[in-house]
Parts: sequence; structure tokens; C-alpha cells
Amino acid sequence: MHALRVDLQPVDWLLIGIYFAFVLGIGFALKKHMHSAEDFLSSGAGLPTWVCGLAFLSANLGALEVMGMAGNGYKYGLFTAHLYWLGAIPAMVFVGLFMMPFYYGSKARSVPEFLKMRFDEKTRGLNALSFAVLTVLMSGINMYAMALVFEVMLGWSMHTSIVCSALVVLAYTSLGGLTSSIYNEVLQFFLIVFGFAPLSFVALQAVGGWTGLQTRFAERPGMLHLWRNAVHAADNPMHIEVAGLTMGLGFVLGFGYWCTDFLVIQRALASKDMLAAQRTPLIAAVPKMLFPFLVILPGIVAAALALPLPDQNYDFTLPLMMKSYYPSGMLGVGLAALLASFMSGMAGNVTAFNTVCVYDIYQAYLRPQASDAELLRMGRLTTFGGILLSIGAAYVVMQFNSLMDYMQLLFSFFNAPIFATFLLGMFWPRATGHGAFFGLLAGIFAGLFHHLLHHTGTLVYGTDMAAAFYGAIASWTTCAVVTVVVSWSTAPLPPTRLVGLVYQLTPQAPASGAWYARPTTAAAVVGACVAGLNWAFF
Amino acid sequence: MGLDIRLPIGLMFVLMGPILVVTGALEGTPLNVQAGSCIALFGLIMLGLARWARNSASSSR
Repeated sequence: MHALRVDLQPVDWLLIGIYFAFVLGIGFALKKHMHSAEDFLSSGAGLPTWVCGLAFLSANLGALEVMGMAGNGYKYGLFTAHLYWLGAIPAMVFVGLFMMPFYYGSKARSVPEFLKMRFDEKTRGLNALSFAVLTVLMSGINMYAMALVFEVMLGWSMHTSIVCSALVVLAYTSLGGLTSSIYNEVLQFFLIVFGFAPLSFVALQAVGGWTGLQTRFAERPGMLHLWRNAVHAADNPMHIEVAGLTMGLGFVLGFGYWCTDFLVIQRALASKDMLAAQRTPLIAAVPKMLFPFLVILPGIVAAALALPLPDQNYDFTLPLMMKSYYPSGMLGVGLAALLASFMSGMAGNVTAFNTVCVYDIYQAYLRPQASDAELLRMGRLTTFGGILLSIGAAYVVMQFNSLMDYMQLLFSFFNAPIFATFLLGMFWPRATGHGAFFGLLAGIFAGLFHHLLHHTGTLVYGTDMAAAFYGAIASWTTCAVVTVVVSWSTAPLPPTRLVGLVYQLTPQAPASGAWYARPTTAAAVVGACVAGLNWAFF
Repeated sequence: MGLDIRLPIGLMFVLMGPILVVTGALEGTPLNVQAGSCIALFGLIMLGLARWARNSASSSR
């Protein structure tokens, strides 16, 4: 029997059953509101701001945020919090203040569609294809993580777990589309908070509070600091120095994900108006700042207590902590929270996948004259197709021993170069369609080539995470350089065509409303808080 | 979209909270009692907010 096997009591099953009943119930309740392709794929752009804000965060709350981050807490200590306070919050502020006005104002239904408006059809096609591949692989991660938890904790076979999780997600996303996914993400967000907050609390108590942690890590001070040991790679547990960290994670990967990944941007585009769309990432940034205390802390405590990880697999950190500290009852809530995180991650990717497939591939290339009813039908079909492909991806993911390393690797291929394309597209009028296309292509190949060099031992880094950060820098730089060179060699786009798409050519609306309700004020508060956290754990 | 998400969230937590509290009381596990109380309280707050929003909407019509 596996070391993590738990004997669930009827009360645990009851709590998990209640969660599933509500998840499916929301899908059924929304089915009658799905009249058009826009309702199904874009949610009709009218959801409350707080709902979009929490969904913006929760769509990213998949396996990465729970099992992956807890595992990283064990492996890298508090250094993992850089993925939040350096790699996420600044980018969320930037997208809210500077990029959302272009996304929402252009009325694009997807990120690839925005690229078509700004550049051309081929750039859109390339981005749509690469994004579709990314979402399927990411959805596979969540499916695999869920199956892993079921296998090690409950003894279910991997195959049964994968099919069961796929059926549940298929049910609620095909019934209620994007709205069902967003509403469930909000419900799942609260369940995740209540499912894991008690674990952080009891785990910290068990180790003797923060002072106890400091005592246990007296020989490894890098485990409890963010910047103090970041100057030299050898001094910190992630084996990366400050330049690679700030440029690779803080700039390229962080901004690449939060500013261009349609999975999260889609939640902001479902807002009721421009102001709400701008506030969406700023609202999400507040709970995001606090998540290290929820998901990383249990991993740090597990490392402090030197709990032996089954099979030396860091992804087992969180299940191990739950088994060690949760009594029957809370164990059911904790397991339901784990399931919630996997399903929100999976459903978020599937709904982004079906929107891009329908609008940016099917309607753009295969059936431009398709009726709304046909697009709605295709939306449901691609949901089914996306889940089938995710099942295939789940089997690919099984070959990696750390979810987080695998995800950062994917981001370095796909998100890093597209951020260079967007940055140049939104802030440099001279960037052309040919430049964007060839830059993007070169960036993706540069990321793949870098990985090949690392994989074959030609390039050596301290950890796989450090390799992913440098891979991201390589693909971003290549994309930016090729875009600039090719753009200078090709005919510029007329400025009149770029109004509303490029910062310098778009009239800026004067600030309106009370000062405290403006996005800039919220951004300043979020910025000050994250600076304070960096200072407190310096 | 015709569904106030606070309603199902509130209902779910109002169901889960007391189950945890009762389990904790019967089995002597304080963590269940404490967490269950917080969960139930949160559920009630969400239900209250949903009801308040519905009343505000109907009075403004």
C-alpha cells in the first residue's frame, strides 16, 4: 500500500459529494441561458467585476498553485514566493493599467484575434495554434495531478481517475460554457481557501511558529529569504542569481503569462465594461499576494520537519501534509479543495481552447460564413475534443517528476516569445505583420533549441527551474530581435490602421471618477503591498 | 446571467460547515469545529449578500 493512502470516512465522502453536486448544479442551472455562440464562448461580456477578478486568479489556480507550489516550498523554501511577488503581481498591475484598454477597447474576442487586428492573419494563426497546444498540455497537467492524488491517496487506478475527472469537467463546461467555468472557478476559489488555510495554520503551529522555522533552517538561511541569498546562484536553493531571476521570471515569464495568456485575459474580457476589465487583474492581485502563505508554507514546514516524501516526489508534499495533520472531516474538505484546483485549472484551459478553436481556427480558416448555431455546436464539439486531447497530454506529463518544472518549460516555449510580440506591437508602431510572425516563430524555436541544449547536457544549470528561466530569456530575446529586424526590412503599416491598437497612436481618455476608485490608485496600493512583502521577507 | 453565484456558494458552505462542526464535536477534533464554524459563517454571509442584492434589485425596479 502507498505511504499516502488514507481511509476516508463517510463524512469525507459526503463533503466531496456535496462539492460535486454544486459544481454540476451550476452547469445545469446555466444551460438554459446558453442561446448563442457568444453566450457559450464569451459569456456575453457582462459578469460582475468581483466574479471576473476571482475567476482571473482561479483559472490559474490549477495543479501549479497547489501541488506544484507546495512541492516547490519543500524544494526551494520561501524563494518560491518569487513566483508570486516578482513573477505575478507586477505583471497583473501592468496588464490592468496598460494592456487591458487595448484588449477590451479593440473588442477582440480572443488574444489571437487581437493579433490579427494589430498585425495580420498569419500571426493570428500561429498564435492560435501554439496557444491551443499549450492549453491542451496544461489541461493534461491538471488531469494527471488529479489522477495522481486519487491513486496515491485513495488507491484508484490512474486510468479510472483520468476518465472520471474528464467526465465531470466535460459535463459542466459543455452545459454552461465559459460562464459555468467562471462561476465554478469562483466557488472553487473559496473552497481552496477554506480547504488549505487550516493546514497552514496547524502546520505552522506544529513547527513552533515562524521562530521555530528559523531555528530549524539556521543552517540553510536561503530557505526563508527572498533576496538576501539571490546575488550568487550557489547561495540559494533555486541556484539562480538575481539577473536571471528578475529578467527570466520577473519580466519575461511573469509578464508573458499574465499579459498575454488568453486563459486569464478571457476572464477580464467577460467583464461588463472597460473599467471593470481594468479592475479585474487588480482585484485578482490582492488574494494572489496572500497565496504563498496558503500553498507554499505547508511545503516549507514539511521541509523543516524533514518529512520523507514518498518516491522522492515533491508533488506529494501537499497530500502528505494533509494526511499528517487533517482529521476526518477536514480531510474531505481538503481533498475537495484539491479536486477543485485541478478542475478549475482543467476547465479554464478547455474553455480558452474551445474559444480559440472556434473563433480563430474554425471561423477564421474553415467556415467564415458559419451561422451562430453552427458556432455554438462547434463550441460544444471542441470542448469534447479539448478534453480528449487533454487525456492524451496527461499521459505525456507522467514522464516528468515535477509539475512546476514542466509548466515553466512550456511557458518558456510559448508565453515568453509572445510577450515580446505584444510589447512591440502595442508600444512600437513600426512593428509589422511579417516581423511579428517570423519573430514569434523564431522565438518558439529558440526556446525549443535551448531546451535541447540543456537536455543533452551542452548547457548546464543548477536546477531545471533555472534552465526554464534562461530558456524564456533566450526565446523572448530572439523573438524581439527578429521582429525588429524583419519589421525594419518590410513596409510599415499605415498609422490610421493602428489607432486603438498602439499606445502612441491612441488618444488617452482623461481620468474620471473619484481618485480612490481609479485603477491607478488600486495599482499603487497593490504595488506598495507587494513591495512591503518583499521587504519583510528580504 | 440569471444566477447569483453567491447563492450556490453560500448554500454549499452552509451545508458543509455544520457537518464539520458536528463531526468535530462527536470525534473531539477541535480543528473540525473551528474550521466548520468559519465555513458556516462565510456561507451565511454569502447568502445574506445574495438576498441583499436581490432585494436591492427588486426595490429599484
